[in-house]
Amino acid sequence: MPQSVESANAIADSDALAVERTLAGDRDAFRVLVERHSQNVFRLAYRMTGNRHDAEEVVQEVFLRAYQKLRQFASRANFGTWVYRITANYAIDRMRQRRKEEARREAPRAEGQEKTESDPVNLVHDGKPTPERLTQSIELRKQMQQALAALSHAERTAFVMRHWEGCGIEEIAAVLKSNSGSAKNTVFRAVQKLRRSLQPFVERGTQARVMGTES
Amino acid sequence: MRHVTEEELIAYREGLTSQRSVISQHLAACEECRAELQRIEAVLAALDTLPVPDPGADYGRRVWQQIAPRLPEKPTRSWRVWLEPGRLAALGAITALIIAAFWIGRVTKRDHVAVEIVNREQVRERVLVVAVGQHLGRSEMMLVELSNAEPIDPAQKLVDISTEQRRAGDLLQENRLYRRTALQEGDAGLASVLDELERVLLDVAHSPEEVTPAQLEAIRQKIEARGILFKVRVVSNELQQRQKEIKPAPSQNNSTKKEGNKI
Repeated sequence: MPQSVESANAIADSDALAVERTLAGDRDAFRVLVERHSQNVFRLAYRMTGNRHDAEEVVQEVFLRAYQKLRQFASRANFGTWVYRITANYAIDRMRQRRKEEARREAPRAEGQEKTESDPVNLVHDGKPTPERLTQSIELRKQMQQALAALSHAERTAFVMRHWEGCGIEEIAAVLKSNSGSAKNTVFRAVQKLRRSLQPFVERGTQARVMGTES
Repeated sequence: MRHVTEEELIAYREGLTSQRSVISQHLAACEECRAELQRIEAVLAALDTLPVPDPGADYGRRVWQQIAPRLPEKPTRSWRVWLEPGRLAALGAITALIIAAFWIGRVTKRDHVAVEIVNREQVRERVLVVAVGQHLGRSEMMLVELSNAEPIDPAQKLVDISTEQRRAGDLLQENRLYRRTALQEGDAGLASVLDELERVLLDVAHSPEEVTPAQLEAIRQKIEARGILFKVRVVSNELQQRQKEIKPAPSQNNSTKKEGNKI
Protein backbone atom coordinates (compact mmCIF):
# COMPACT_ATOMS: atom_id res chain seq x y z
CA MET A 1 0.00 0.00 0.00
CA PRO A 2 2.41 2.68 -1.14
CA GLN A 3 1.17 6.10 -0.19
CA SER A 4 2.68 9.53 -0.47
CA VAL A 5 3.25 11.42 2.77
CA GLU A 6 0.64 13.99 1.72
CA SER A 7 -2.04 11.42 1.00
CA ALA A 8 -1.22 9.54 4.21
CA ASN A 9 -1.60 12.77 6.20
CA ALA A 10 -4.83 13.62 4.41
CA ILE A 11 -6.23 10.18 5.21
CA ALA A 12 -5.12 10.48 8.86
CA ASP A 13 -6.85 13.88 9.13
CA SER A 14 -9.94 12.52 7.49
CA ASP A 15 -9.84 9.50 9.82
CA ALA A 16 -9.55 11.76 12.85
CA LEU A 17 -12.59 13.72 11.72
CA ALA A 18 -14.56 10.51 11.16
CA VAL A 19 -13.60 9.30 14.63
CA GLU A 20 -14.67 12.59 16.15
CA ARG A 21 -18.04 12.49 14.38
CA THR A 22 -18.58 8.87 15.38
CA LEU A 23 -17.90 9.72 19.01
CA ALA A 24 -20.33 12.62 18.73
CA GLY A 25 -23.05 10.10 17.88
CA ASP A 26 -22.87 10.00 14.07
CA ARG A 27 -22.69 6.25 13.57
CA ASP A 28 -22.52 6.53 9.77
CA ALA A 29 -19.20 8.36 10.11
CA PHE A 30 -17.73 5.04 11.18
CA ARG A 31 -18.72 3.66 7.79
CA VAL A 32 -16.04 5.84 6.17
CA LEU A 33 -13.39 4.22 8.38
CA VAL A 34 -14.66 0.71 7.66
CA GLU A 35 -14.76 1.20 3.91
CA ARG A 36 -11.35 2.87 3.86
CA HIS A 37 -9.43 0.33 5.94
CA SER A 38 -11.17 -2.98 5.25
CA GLN A 39 -8.85 -4.03 2.41
CA ASN A 40 -5.68 -3.46 4.45
CA VAL A 41 -7.11 -5.15 7.49
CA PHE A 42 -8.17 -8.10 5.36
CA ARG A 43 -4.68 -8.47 3.85
CA LEU A 44 -2.99 -8.48 7.25
CA ALA A 45 -5.60 -10.86 8.66
CA TYR A 46 -5.21 -13.22 5.72
CA ARG A 47 -1.43 -13.29 5.96
CA MET A 48 -1.61 -14.00 9.63
CA THR A 49 -4.39 -16.57 9.65
CA GLY A 50 -3.60 -18.13 6.27
CA ASN A 51 -7.19 -18.59 5.14
CA ARG A 52 -9.92 -16.42 3.74
CA HIS A 53 -12.74 -17.49 6.00
CA ASP A 54 -10.80 -16.66 9.17
CA ALA A 55 -9.54 -13.42 7.65
CA GLU A 56 -13.06 -12.21 6.88
CA GLU A 57 -14.19 -13.10 10.37
CA VAL A 58 -11.22 -11.20 11.81
CA VAL A 59 -12.08 -8.12 9.73
CA GLN A 60 -15.64 -7.97 11.05
CA GLU A 61 -14.56 -8.54 14.64
CA VAL A 62 -11.79 -5.94 14.37
CA PHE A 63 -14.19 -3.20 13.29
CA LEU A 64 -16.71 -4.16 15.94
CA ARG A 65 -13.97 -3.93 18.57
CA ALA A 66 -12.64 -0.70 17.12
CA TYR A 67 -16.11 0.85 17.36
CA GLN A 68 -16.55 -0.30 20.95
CA LYS A 69 -13.11 0.96 21.96
CA LEU A 70 -13.17 4.12 19.91
CA ARG A 71 -13.05 6.36 22.98
CA GLN A 72 -9.72 4.80 23.92
CA PHE A 73 -8.39 5.80 20.52
CA ALA A 74 -9.67 9.38 20.72
CA SER A 75 -6.33 10.83 21.82
CA ARG A 76 -4.15 8.71 19.56
CA ALA A 77 -2.64 9.74 16.27
CA ASN A 78 -3.34 7.25 13.53
CA PHE A 79 -6.50 5.20 13.19
CA GLY A 80 -4.85 2.94 10.57
CA THR A 81 -2.01 2.00 12.93
CA TRP A 82 -4.42 1.49 15.82
CA VAL A 83 -6.75 -0.73 13.83
CA TYR A 84 -3.72 -2.71 12.57
CA ARG A 85 -2.77 -3.44 16.15
CA ILE A 86 -6.29 -4.63 16.95
CA THR A 87 -6.15 -6.82 13.83
CA ALA A 88 -2.82 -8.41 14.78
CA ASN A 89 -4.04 -9.09 18.31
CA TYR A 90 -7.32 -10.59 17.23
CA ALA A 91 -5.65 -12.61 14.46
CA ILE A 92 -3.32 -14.14 17.06
CA ASP A 93 -6.38 -15.14 19.11
CA ARG A 94 -8.01 -16.58 15.98
CA MET A 95 -4.84 -18.55 15.08
CA ARG A 96 -4.72 -20.07 18.56
CA GLN A 97 -8.38 -20.98 18.33
CA ARG A 98 -7.92 -22.45 14.86
CA ARG A 99 -4.93 -24.51 15.95
CA LYS A 100 -6.94 -26.01 18.79
CA GLU A 101 -9.81 -26.81 16.44
CA GLU A 102 -7.48 -28.46 13.96
CA ALA A 103 -5.78 -30.45 16.68
CA ARG A 104 -9.20 -31.76 17.66
CA ARG A 105 -10.31 -32.59 14.17
CA GLU A 106 -6.91 -33.78 12.93
CA ALA A 107 -8.15 -33.23 9.45
CA PRO A 108 -6.21 -31.64 6.63
CA ARG A 109 -7.04 -27.99 6.26
CA ALA A 110 -9.03 -27.26 3.14
CA GLU A 111 -7.41 -24.22 1.68
CA GLY A 112 -8.87 -21.93 -0.93
CA GLN A 113 -7.04 -22.28 -4.22
CA GLU A 114 -6.96 -18.65 -5.22
CA LYS A 115 -4.84 -17.89 -8.20
CA THR A 116 -3.32 -14.53 -8.80
CA GLU A 117 -0.69 -13.03 -10.98
CA SER A 118 1.89 -13.62 -8.22
CA ASP A 119 1.35 -17.36 -8.21
CA PRO A 120 4.57 -19.28 -7.36
CA VAL A 121 4.34 -20.90 -10.74
CA ASN A 122 5.97 -17.77 -12.10
CA LEU A 123 8.91 -18.27 -9.78
CA VAL A 124 9.75 -21.73 -11.05
CA HIS A 125 8.84 -21.22 -14.64
CA ASP A 126 9.24 -18.37 -17.05
CA GLY A 127 7.42 -20.05 -19.91
CA LYS A 128 4.21 -22.04 -20.21
CA PRO A 129 3.31 -24.04 -17.08
CA THR A 130 3.80 -27.72 -17.80
CA PRO A 131 2.01 -30.24 -15.54
CA GLU A 132 5.37 -31.06 -13.87
CA ARG A 133 6.20 -27.41 -13.14
CA LEU A 134 2.66 -26.73 -11.96
CA THR A 135 3.03 -29.58 -9.51
CA GLN A 136 6.30 -28.09 -8.28
CA SER A 137 4.61 -24.72 -7.86
CA ILE A 138 1.74 -26.19 -5.89
CA GLU A 139 4.17 -28.19 -3.80
CA LEU A 140 6.22 -25.07 -3.02
CA ARG A 141 3.11 -23.14 -2.04
CA LYS A 142 2.06 -25.95 0.25
CA GLN A 143 5.52 -25.98 1.82
CA MET A 144 5.43 -22.25 2.36
CA GLN A 145 2.02 -22.42 3.97
CA GLN A 146 3.21 -25.23 6.21
CA ALA A 147 6.38 -23.34 7.09
CA LEU A 148 4.36 -20.27 8.04
CA ALA A 149 1.91 -22.40 10.00
CA ALA A 150 4.84 -23.98 11.88
CA LEU A 151 5.95 -20.60 13.22
CA SER A 152 4.84 -19.60 16.66
CA HIS A 153 2.06 -16.99 16.80
CA ALA A 154 4.59 -14.36 17.85
CA GLU A 155 7.02 -15.29 15.04
CA ARG A 156 4.31 -15.25 12.39
CA THR A 157 2.94 -11.96 13.68
CA ALA A 158 6.42 -10.39 13.77
CA PHE A 159 7.28 -11.66 10.28
CA VAL A 160 3.97 -10.61 8.70
CA MET A 161 3.98 -7.20 10.31
CA ARG A 162 7.60 -6.50 9.43
CA HIS A 163 8.19 -8.21 6.11
CA TRP A 164 4.81 -7.79 4.45
CA GLU A 165 3.22 -4.86 6.20
CA GLY A 166 6.35 -2.80 6.85
CA CYS A 167 5.34 -2.05 10.45
CA GLY A 168 7.83 -0.40 12.82
CA ILE A 169 9.56 -2.57 15.37
CA GLU A 170 7.95 -0.59 18.22
CA GLU A 171 4.53 -1.32 16.81
CA ILE A 172 5.36 -5.02 16.58
CA ALA A 173 6.69 -4.96 20.14
CA ALA A 174 3.42 -3.39 21.31
CA VAL A 175 1.38 -6.19 19.72
CA LEU A 176 3.70 -8.87 21.11
CA LYS A 177 3.71 -7.10 24.49
CA SER A 178 7.52 -7.14 24.52
CA ASN A 179 10.37 -4.69 23.95
CA SER A 180 12.03 -3.73 20.66
CA GLY A 181 15.03 -6.02 21.15
CA SER A 182 12.81 -9.00 21.76
CA ALA A 183 10.59 -8.09 18.79
CA LYS A 184 13.68 -7.88 16.52
CA ASN A 185 14.87 -11.28 17.71
CA THR A 186 11.42 -12.69 16.95
CA VAL A 187 11.68 -11.38 13.37
CA PHE A 188 15.18 -12.95 12.99
CA ARG A 189 13.98 -16.26 14.39
CA ALA A 190 10.99 -16.32 12.05
CA VAL A 191 13.15 -15.69 8.95
CA GLN A 192 15.70 -18.30 10.06
CA LYS A 193 12.99 -20.93 10.53
CA LEU A 194 11.38 -20.12 7.19
CA ARG A 195 14.76 -20.35 5.52
CA ARG A 196 15.53 -23.75 7.06
CA SER A 197 12.17 -25.11 5.93
CA LEU A 198 11.95 -23.59 2.47
CA GLN A 199 15.46 -23.21 1.08
CA PRO A 200 15.67 -26.81 -0.25
CA PHE A 201 12.38 -26.38 -2.13
CA VAL A 202 13.30 -22.95 -3.45
CA GLU A 203 16.71 -24.21 -4.66
CA ARG A 204 15.09 -27.25 -6.28
CA GLY A 205 12.71 -24.93 -8.13
CA THR A 206 15.56 -22.72 -9.23
CA GLN A 207 17.54 -25.74 -10.49
CA ALA A 208 14.50 -26.99 -12.38
CA ARG A 209 14.07 -23.60 -14.00
CA VAL A 210 17.74 -23.51 -14.99
CA MET A 211 17.53 -27.00 -16.42
CA GLY A 212 14.33 -26.14 -18.24
CA THR A 213 16.01 -23.13 -19.78
CA GLU A 214 19.07 -25.13 -20.77
CA SER A 215 17.08 -27.98 -22.30
CA MET B 1 37.93 -10.32 7.20
CA ARG B 2 34.99 -11.28 9.33
CA HIS B 3 31.93 -12.45 7.40
CA VAL B 4 28.48 -11.08 8.10
CA THR B 5 26.36 -13.40 10.24
CA GLU B 6 22.99 -14.74 9.12
CA GLU B 7 21.27 -12.61 11.74
CA GLU B 8 23.05 -9.48 10.48
CA LEU B 9 22.03 -10.34 6.91
CA ILE B 10 18.39 -10.81 7.92
CA ALA B 11 18.51 -7.51 9.82
CA TYR B 12 20.04 -5.89 6.72
CA ARG B 13 17.37 -7.35 4.45
CA GLU B 14 14.50 -6.38 6.79
CA GLY B 15 15.85 -2.91 7.54
CA LEU B 16 16.52 -3.62 11.18
CA THR B 17 20.21 -2.81 11.41
CA SER B 18 22.11 0.29 12.41
CA GLN B 19 25.23 -1.07 10.59
CA ARG B 20 23.73 -0.76 7.13
CA SER B 21 26.64 1.03 5.43
CA VAL B 22 29.26 -1.26 7.01
CA ILE B 23 27.40 -4.37 5.83
CA SER B 24 26.88 -2.86 2.36
CA GLN B 25 30.61 -2.27 2.02
CA HIS B 26 31.34 -5.82 3.12
CA LEU B 27 28.82 -7.28 0.68
CA ALA B 28 30.35 -5.32 -2.15
CA ALA B 29 33.68 -6.92 -1.40
CA CYS B 30 32.62 -10.43 -0.27
CA GLU B 31 31.10 -12.81 -2.80
CA GLU B 32 30.42 -15.47 -0.16
CA CYS B 33 28.27 -13.16 1.98
CA ARG B 34 26.56 -11.83 -1.14
CA ALA B 35 25.61 -15.39 -2.09
CA GLU B 36 24.33 -16.02 1.41
CA LEU B 37 22.15 -12.89 1.22
CA GLN B 38 20.81 -14.04 -2.17
CA ARG B 39 19.78 -17.38 -0.66
CA ILE B 40 17.85 -15.56 2.10
CA GLU B 41 16.27 -13.23 -0.44
CA ALA B 42 15.25 -16.16 -2.65
CA VAL B 43 13.25 -17.65 0.23
CA LEU B 44 11.66 -14.30 1.07
CA ALA B 45 10.91 -13.70 -2.62
CA ALA B 46 9.21 -17.08 -2.81
CA LEU B 47 7.11 -16.19 0.24
CA ASP B 48 6.20 -12.90 -1.43
CA THR B 49 4.57 -14.87 -4.22
CA LEU B 50 2.05 -16.37 -1.84
CA PRO B 51 -1.23 -14.98 -3.07
CA VAL B 52 -3.53 -12.83 -1.03
CA PRO B 53 -7.05 -13.15 -2.39
CA ASP B 54 -8.63 -9.97 -3.62
CA PRO B 55 -11.81 -9.47 -1.58
CA GLY B 56 -13.24 -7.16 -4.22
CA ALA B 57 -13.57 -3.42 -4.68
CA ASP B 58 -16.82 -3.33 -2.71
CA TYR B 59 -15.38 -5.27 0.22
CA GLY B 60 -15.50 -2.29 2.60
CA ARG B 61 -19.17 -1.74 1.82
CA ARG B 62 -19.92 -5.40 2.46
CA VAL B 63 -18.08 -5.34 5.77
CA TRP B 64 -20.14 -2.31 6.81
CA GLN B 65 -23.37 -4.06 5.86
CA GLN B 66 -22.35 -7.06 7.94
CA ILE B 67 -21.34 -5.17 11.06
CA ALA B 68 -23.75 -2.20 11.04
CA PRO B 69 -26.67 -4.13 12.59
CA ARG B 70 -24.37 -5.31 15.39
CA LEU B 71 -23.05 -1.88 16.33
CA PRO B 72 -24.47 -0.21 19.42
CA GLU B 73 -25.90 3.30 19.03
CA LYS B 74 -22.77 4.88 20.55
CA PRO B 75 -19.25 3.62 21.23
CA THR B 76 -19.07 2.42 24.82
CA ARG B 77 -17.50 4.55 27.48
CA SER B 78 -14.20 3.30 28.77
CA TRP B 79 -12.59 3.64 32.18
CA ARG B 80 -9.73 5.32 30.31
CA VAL B 81 -11.87 8.38 29.70
CA TRP B 82 -11.54 9.04 33.43
CA LEU B 83 -7.83 9.60 32.84
CA GLU B 84 -8.57 12.69 30.77
CA PRO B 85 -7.44 15.86 32.66
CA GLY B 86 -10.95 17.34 32.98
CA ARG B 87 -12.40 14.11 34.26
CA LEU B 88 -9.46 13.57 36.58
CA ALA B 89 -10.21 16.96 38.15
CA ALA B 90 -13.87 16.02 38.54
CA LEU B 91 -12.86 12.67 39.96
CA GLY B 92 -10.55 14.45 42.44
CA ALA B 93 -13.36 16.76 43.51
CA ILE B 94 -15.73 13.82 44.02
CA THR B 95 -13.06 11.98 46.00
CA ALA B 96 -12.52 15.08 48.17
CA LEU B 97 -16.27 15.29 48.77
CA ILE B 98 -16.42 11.64 49.76
CA ILE B 99 -13.49 12.07 52.16
CA ALA B 100 -15.10 15.21 53.62
CA ALA B 101 -18.42 13.43 54.00
CA PHE B 102 -16.67 10.52 55.65
CA TRP B 103 -14.84 12.88 58.04
CA ILE B 104 -18.03 14.80 58.85
CA GLY B 105 -19.75 11.50 59.38
CA ARG B 106 -17.08 10.48 61.86
CA VAL B 107 -17.33 13.78 63.72
CA THR B 108 -21.10 13.58 63.76
CA LYS B 109 -20.88 10.02 64.91
CA ARG B 110 -18.60 11.16 67.71
CA ASP B 111 -21.34 13.59 68.79
CA HIS B 112 -23.80 10.76 68.66
CA VAL B 113 -21.45 8.69 70.75
CA ALA B 114 -21.18 11.57 73.23
CA VAL B 115 -24.96 11.82 73.41
CA GLU B 116 -25.14 8.08 73.85
CA ILE B 117 -22.57 8.26 76.64
CA VAL B 118 -24.56 11.02 78.38
CA ASN B 119 -27.71 8.98 77.92
CA ARG B 120 -25.98 5.92 79.26
CA GLU B 121 -24.78 7.83 82.31
CA GLN B 122 -28.25 9.19 82.91
CA VAL B 123 -29.73 5.74 82.61
CA ARG B 124 -27.11 4.40 84.96
CA GLU B 125 -27.84 7.16 87.51
CA ARG B 126 -31.55 6.59 87.13
CA VAL B 127 -31.12 2.87 87.72
CA LEU B 128 -28.95 3.59 90.73
CA VAL B 129 -31.44 6.12 92.17
CA VAL B 130 -34.36 3.76 91.68
CA ALA B 131 -32.45 0.78 93.08
CA VAL B 132 -31.11 2.70 96.11
CA GLY B 133 -34.58 4.16 96.71
CA GLN B 134 -36.07 0.68 96.76
CA HIS B 135 -33.21 -0.53 98.97
CA LEU B 136 -33.82 2.30 101.40
CA GLY B 137 -37.56 1.57 101.35
CA ARG B 138 -36.97 -2.10 102.19
CA SER B 139 -34.43 -1.11 104.88
CA GLU B 140 -36.89 1.39 106.43
CA MET B 141 -39.62 -1.23 106.43
CA MET B 142 -37.32 -3.76 108.07
CA LEU B 143 -36.21 -1.23 110.72
CA VAL B 144 -39.80 -0.18 111.43
CA GLU B 145 -40.84 -3.81 111.79
CA LEU B 146 -37.84 -4.43 114.04
CA SER B 147 -38.74 -1.38 116.16
CA ASN B 148 -42.29 -2.63 116.54
CA ALA B 149 -41.31 -6.22 117.25
CA GLU B 150 -42.84 -7.67 120.38
CA PRO B 151 -42.92 -11.06 121.94
CA ILE B 152 -45.75 -13.16 120.44
CA ASP B 153 -46.44 -14.56 123.84
CA PRO B 154 -46.11 -11.92 126.57
CA ALA B 155 -45.06 -14.74 128.86
CA GLN B 156 -42.06 -15.38 126.68
CA LYS B 157 -38.99 -13.38 127.51
CA LEU B 158 -37.27 -13.69 124.18
CA VAL B 159 -38.23 -11.94 120.99
CA ASP B 160 -37.73 -13.76 117.66
CA ILE B 161 -36.09 -11.34 115.18
CA SER B 162 -34.74 -14.09 112.85
CA THR B 163 -36.80 -12.82 109.90
CA GLU B 164 -35.49 -9.24 110.28
CA GLN B 165 -32.01 -10.64 110.87
CA ARG B 166 -32.02 -12.53 107.55
CA ARG B 167 -33.49 -9.52 105.74
CA ALA B 168 -30.83 -7.33 107.38
CA GLY B 169 -28.16 -9.76 106.13
CA ASP B 170 -29.45 -9.46 102.55
CA LEU B 171 -29.85 -5.70 102.82
CA LEU B 172 -26.29 -5.46 104.18
CA GLN B 173 -24.87 -7.00 100.99
CA GLU B 174 -26.88 -4.67 98.81
CA ASN B 175 -26.00 -1.68 100.98
CA ARG B 176 -22.26 -2.27 100.61
CA LEU B 177 -22.63 -2.35 96.86
CA TYR B 178 -24.71 0.85 96.72
CA ARG B 179 -22.38 2.64 99.14
CA ARG B 180 -19.34 1.88 96.98
CA THR B 181 -21.22 2.94 93.87
CA ALA B 182 -22.32 6.20 95.53
CA LEU B 183 -18.70 6.88 96.47
CA GLN B 184 -17.52 6.17 92.92
CA GLU B 185 -20.20 8.47 91.55
CA GLY B 186 -19.07 11.20 93.94
CA ASP B 187 -22.40 11.27 95.81
CA ALA B 188 -20.91 11.78 99.29
CA GLY B 189 -24.25 12.56 101.00
CA LEU B 190 -25.87 9.35 99.85
CA ALA B 191 -22.70 7.38 100.63
CA SER B 192 -22.69 8.82 104.19
CA VAL B 193 -26.31 7.82 104.86
CA LEU B 194 -25.67 4.36 103.40
CA ASP B 195 -22.61 4.08 105.64
CA GLU B 196 -24.71 4.77 108.74
CA LEU B 197 -27.41 2.38 107.57
CA GLU B 198 -24.76 -0.28 107.01
CA ARG B 199 -23.70 -0.12 110.65
CA VAL B 200 -27.29 -0.60 111.83
CA LEU B 201 -27.85 -3.44 109.36
CA LEU B 202 -24.58 -4.95 110.55
CA ASP B 203 -25.73 -4.86 114.16
CA VAL B 204 -29.07 -6.44 113.28
CA ALA B 205 -27.51 -9.06 111.02
CA HIS B 206 -25.07 -10.05 113.76
CA SER B 207 -27.72 -10.08 116.49
CA PRO B 208 -29.01 -13.40 117.78
CA GLU B 209 -32.20 -14.77 116.18
CA GLU B 210 -33.93 -14.32 119.51
CA VAL B 211 -33.21 -11.31 121.64
CA THR B 212 -34.35 -10.30 125.03
CA PRO B 213 -36.60 -7.27 125.25
CA ALA B 214 -33.65 -5.37 126.68
CA GLN B 215 -31.49 -6.26 123.73
CA LEU B 216 -34.32 -5.30 121.38
CA GLU B 217 -34.70 -2.00 123.16
CA ALA B 218 -30.98 -1.34 122.80
CA ILE B 219 -31.23 -1.90 119.04
CA ARG B 220 -34.21 0.45 118.85
CA GLN B 221 -32.35 3.14 120.71
CA LYS B 222 -29.36 2.74 118.49
CA ILE B 223 -31.59 3.19 115.45
CA GLU B 224 -33.27 6.22 116.94
CA ALA B 225 -30.00 7.76 118.19
CA ARG B 226 -28.59 7.74 114.76
CA GLY B 227 -31.83 9.08 113.38
CA ILE B 228 -31.37 6.54 110.67
CA LEU B 229 -35.05 6.14 109.86
CA PHE B 230 -35.41 9.88 109.44
CA LYS B 231 -32.30 10.08 107.30
CA VAL B 232 -33.45 7.15 105.21
CA ARG B 233 -36.82 8.81 104.63
CA VAL B 234 -35.23 12.11 103.68
CA VAL B 235 -32.83 10.43 101.27
CA SER B 236 -35.66 8.32 99.83
CA ASN B 237 -37.64 11.49 99.13
CA GLU B 238 -34.61 13.11 97.51
CA LEU B 239 -34.05 10.08 95.34
CA GLN B 240 -37.69 10.09 94.24
CA GLN B 241 -37.25 13.73 93.29
CA ARG B 242 -34.08 13.01 91.33
CA GLN B 243 -35.81 10.12 89.66
CA LYS B 244 -38.40 12.53 88.30
CA GLU B 245 -35.75 14.99 87.17
CA ILE B 246 -33.65 12.46 85.27
CA LYS B 247 -35.26 12.09 81.84
CA PRO B 248 -33.14 10.24 79.31
CA ALA B 249 -32.43 12.21 76.07
CA PRO B 250 -34.27 10.76 73.13
CA SER B 251 -31.93 8.67 71.01
CA GLN B 252 -31.07 9.66 67.38
CA ASN B 253 -32.40 6.41 66.08
CA ASN B 254 -35.79 7.01 67.59
CA SER B 255 -35.97 10.54 66.22
CA THR B 256 -34.88 9.28 62.81
CA LYS B 257 -37.57 6.65 62.90
CA LYS B 258 -40.14 9.25 63.81
CA GLU B 259 -38.96 11.50 60.97
CA GLY B 260 -39.10 8.52 58.67
CA ASN B 261 -42.61 7.74 59.76
CA LYS B 262 -43.69 11.29 59.11
CA ILE B 263 -42.55 10.96 55.53
